[in-house]
Amino acid sequence: MSERNGIVRIGVYVCHCGTNIAAIVDCKAVAEYAGGLYHVTVSRDYKYLCSDPGQELIRQDIRDHKLNRIVVASCSPHLHEHTFRTAAEGAGLNAFYVHMVNIREHNSWVHENREAATKKAQDMVRAAVRRVVFHQSLEKVRVPVHPDVLVVGGGIAGIHAALTLANAGKKVYLVERQPTIGGHMAMFDKTFPTLDCAACILTPKMSSVKAHPNITLWAHSDVTKVEGYVGNYKVEVARRPRYINEDLCSGCLECIEACVYKEPKFIDEFNMGLGKRKPIYIPFPQAVPQMPLIDIDTCIQFKSGKCKKTCVQACGDRHAIDFSQKEEIRNIEVGTIIMATGFKAFDARRTPYYGYGTYPNVYTSLEVERLVNASGPTAGDVVLRDGRKPKTVGIIHCVGSRDEGTNRWCSRVCCMYSLKLAHLLKEHTDAEIFNFYIDIRTPGKGFEEFYQRLLSEGVHFIRGRVAEVTDWALDPTEENKLVLRVEDTLLGTVRRIPVDMVVLSVGIEPHEDAQDVRRLFNFGCGSEGFFLERHPKLAPVSTFTDGIFVAGCCQGPKDIPDTVAQAGAAAAEALALIDTGFVEQEPNTAYVIEDECSGCKTCVPMCPYSAVYFNADTKRAGIHQVLCKGCGTCVAACPSGSIKQHLFEDDQIFEEIEGVLTYA
Amino acid sequence: MTPEQAAKTSKGYLYFPGCSLRATGVAYEESLVELFRLLNIPLVELPDWNCCGATSYMCIDEGSAFLLSARNLSLAHTVNSRDLLAPCAACYLVLKKTQDYAAKHPKIRTQVEESLARGGLPPFDGVKVRHPLEMLYNDVGRDTLKSNVIRRWRGGRIACYYGCQAVRPYDEVDTAYNPMRMDELLQDVGAPTVDYALKTKCCGGSLTGTVHEVGVRLNYILLKEAARKGAEAIVTICPLCQFNLDAYQAEIRKATNEPIDMPILYFTQVLGYALGGDPKKLGLHRGISGRDLIKRWFPAHEEVEAYV
Repeated sequence: MSERNGIVRIGVYVCHCGTNIAAIVDCKAVAEYAGGLYHVTVSRDYKYLCSDPGQELIRQDIRDHKLNRIVVASCSPHLHEHTFRTAAEGAGLNAFYVHMVNIREHNSWVHENREAATKKAQDMVRAAVRRVVFHQSLEKVRVPVHPDVLVVGGGIAGIHAALTLANAGKKVYLVERQPTIGGHMAMFDKTFPTLDCAACILTPKMSSVKAHPNITLWAHSDVTKVEGYVGNYKVEVARRPRYINEDLCSGCLECIEACVYKEPKFIDEFNMGLGKRKPIYIPFPQAVPQMPLIDIDTCIQFKSGKCKKTCVQACGDRHAIDFSQKEEIRNIEVGTIIMATGFKAFDARRTPYYGYGTYPNVYTSLEVERLVNASGPTAGDVVLRDGRKPKTVGIIHCVGSRDEGTNRWCSRVCCMYSLKLAHLLKEHTDAEIFNFYIDIRTPGKGFEEFYQRLLSEGVHFIRGRVAEVTDWALDPTEENKLVLRVEDTLLGTVRRIPVDMVVLSVGIEPHEDAQDVRRLFNFGCGSEGFFLERHPKLAPVSTFTDGIFVAGCCQGPKDIPDTVAQAGAAAAEALALIDTGFVEQEPNTAYVIEDECSGCKTCVPMCPYSAVYFNADTKRAGIHQVLCKGCGTCVAACPSGSIKQHLFEDDQIFEEIEGVLTYA
Repeated sequence: MTPEQAAKTSKGYLYFPGCSLRATGVAYEESLVELFRLLNIPLVELPDWNCCGATSYMCIDEGSAFLLSARNLSLAHTVNSRDLLAPCAACYLVLKKTQDYAAKHPKIRTQVEESLARGGLPPFDGVKVRHPLEMLYNDVGRDTLKSNVIRRWRGGRIACYYGCQAVRPYDEVDTAYNPMRMDELLQDVGAPTVDYALKTKCCGGSLTGTVHEVGVRLNYILLKEAARKGAEAIVTICPLCQFNLDAYQAEIRKATNEPIDMPILYFTQVLGYALGGDPKKLGLHRGISGRDLIKRWFPAHEEVEAYV
């Protein structure tokens, strides 16, 4: 075996990782043990191998001792494989002669017995030493990166990412599911802690998206298929019909005025059902694109075909209304994708003890945003569902957050927006306002100052999780009120507080179809359903799929400043890829030994990435090296064993197994 | 019919009366037996049953409580019954708790099993503890019940009161926050139910006997709120709830000067009467409060009329 691979000279390096490894594994003993193994020329232990001097140590040894294989026993290859491969390349050794042994996550972090852990580390190193003998020199494949970008989701995250990229001269496709861009931010009245009007800062950005020559905006559309790989994604977008021809519509909205329904009659989604709309409608006055759409569930023409079609008459010669419009499929090619699909507000019906849906005067925070909004259903007049004006308001924090029964995480924005709503409600109604909180969390620029301001405005803060909102009255003062029963944990007593209006500060949670979306795009999700970043600290906008980045609340709860910052970061990561112009692919791909392939085609349908094909001329299978992700499915499926995989060759795997099982 | 025969017929049920149904809750047992007879479902008493192990035992010695409870489950096992009906909410809870704790804590299971084995009794799991409300709702079904109704509802509006133990912490009987199954069954026989926010709040439990004022105050809150919502009677699924709400109304009247006099019924009584049951056999004469109303709502002399 050694003959085939020349004279093998292995260097073994055992890392202490400070005390992370050294506290449990006797690193010196492991290094000494490795020194006695066949083919090992040098073996050392070192405090931090990933440090510059650590890497230099390896480079110097390669030069001094003519090492041609390197085994590093340290952390997970996820973390530092790249580091050590680069170090070896610096000394002229092919990167794929380096192999890592994970004695941290797989050993020191999960064991307590020092003697057994050291023995295990020795076994692991022995396996790697035997494996690395069979390693070969491999070359990375360079693939060009398509310069266009797909941004999924048109909330503030998607808008900011799209504009950043477009301003840098890149062509962007922005796909939004709703009929307008703007997302949740468009629904807000004012933004904390500065109280600047959300619409005033958002709508100009929305208009720039529409007007920007580099942005193709597809609202009311869904991504239906994603194929390909970093730099070369092929995406299919389905444009749902609005029944308005976008090229012909001038956005005059006369059709809405002319609808046979003289008064708006149907639940208005944008205003959380607090307002009404017609079957032909525009979600809100500043919607982008500025054009109506028809709801086929309420439009008489769609329901019976017997409408006078006054809307069509109003449209006149423009002929923009098209009842026969069908879904259109668009196919695009992009190099990178930014996911900015946002969040879903917690459904308050899941906490039945707060009476949402039972008592009409219990509102969610999003509903109150619309209620206090000057362009909302009541033009900013805070009137309850029963027509009264509230004299007392209870705001319950952490509904669907920090709760074992629903969602365990803190939604980060609720404390601040509750304070903001308390301020706005006080301003609009001069009502007495009670905040019920677990902890007030104000860790942002200007946030604590805003909290202090609220305290001085005379808003009450009661520390305690509300047990229930109920309408049973103990005495006349509670008649026709909603009673909040709560343990005031500062007073140490149970209180009943009667109010006219209850606001539930609902938390942020992933979209219901977040799992479907991440499967469609093929990247990871955390256990709670938020999209998973590659590294929580050092790669916060990358995903485990190269070329796909995340921004905004789809990755986890965050406020507007953080969302915009993250969107900018995602755009910068995409730009870095585009401007490099190519990506290098790991050579851990499968390949066919043509002489042995019988052409049975078993492998072809097995490949999840459509990388395996059948060559009709040679009657042999072949594998696209750029499409192959190295999953090994075809390797295992091949009945004649004629598909092999770089870095997972049979002799490498068997030597490794024998190595770990051999008692030395 | 022997318990073995009942268990073998797919429709038959084994039931565990517990102490309440032989004392303050006699009407509950009477109406349950009568209702099952009217539905033509065999109902057989668990032979040689003993105390379920609830309240007093559970807070003094959990081990003894689990063993008492497990003996009943084990007896059900010996007659090969799949289900064991526990009409009393306290029995229901402690039987379920025993199975749950034994499943989660092997130590408890071993202890209980060893003790049972010394008495020559088989293991105690494998029997499903059921409450009649959930059993009527799921096994008999609303449609069957509805099709058997032969008396028109002549009473007023009702507040359905579920109490704490049947719906907490286990949610098989119904959800803990806004249970509706009893409401639905009563609506099916024509009785209008009110929206009653206190349907799973505390009835006072054993406090009426220990810290009397607190227990009675809790009763007062329940009664007053039911009246405020327009209910003329409260219907329960638990013998302790029924007793607490029924027994202290005279005392409450005296203390508050409020004219509270409200019938407190078992859901089996209301269902049984709708299905044509005899008021006396349903124990409707045993109520303490609201006797006039009970007489008006459930007349004995009334011929069974076809319900259209």
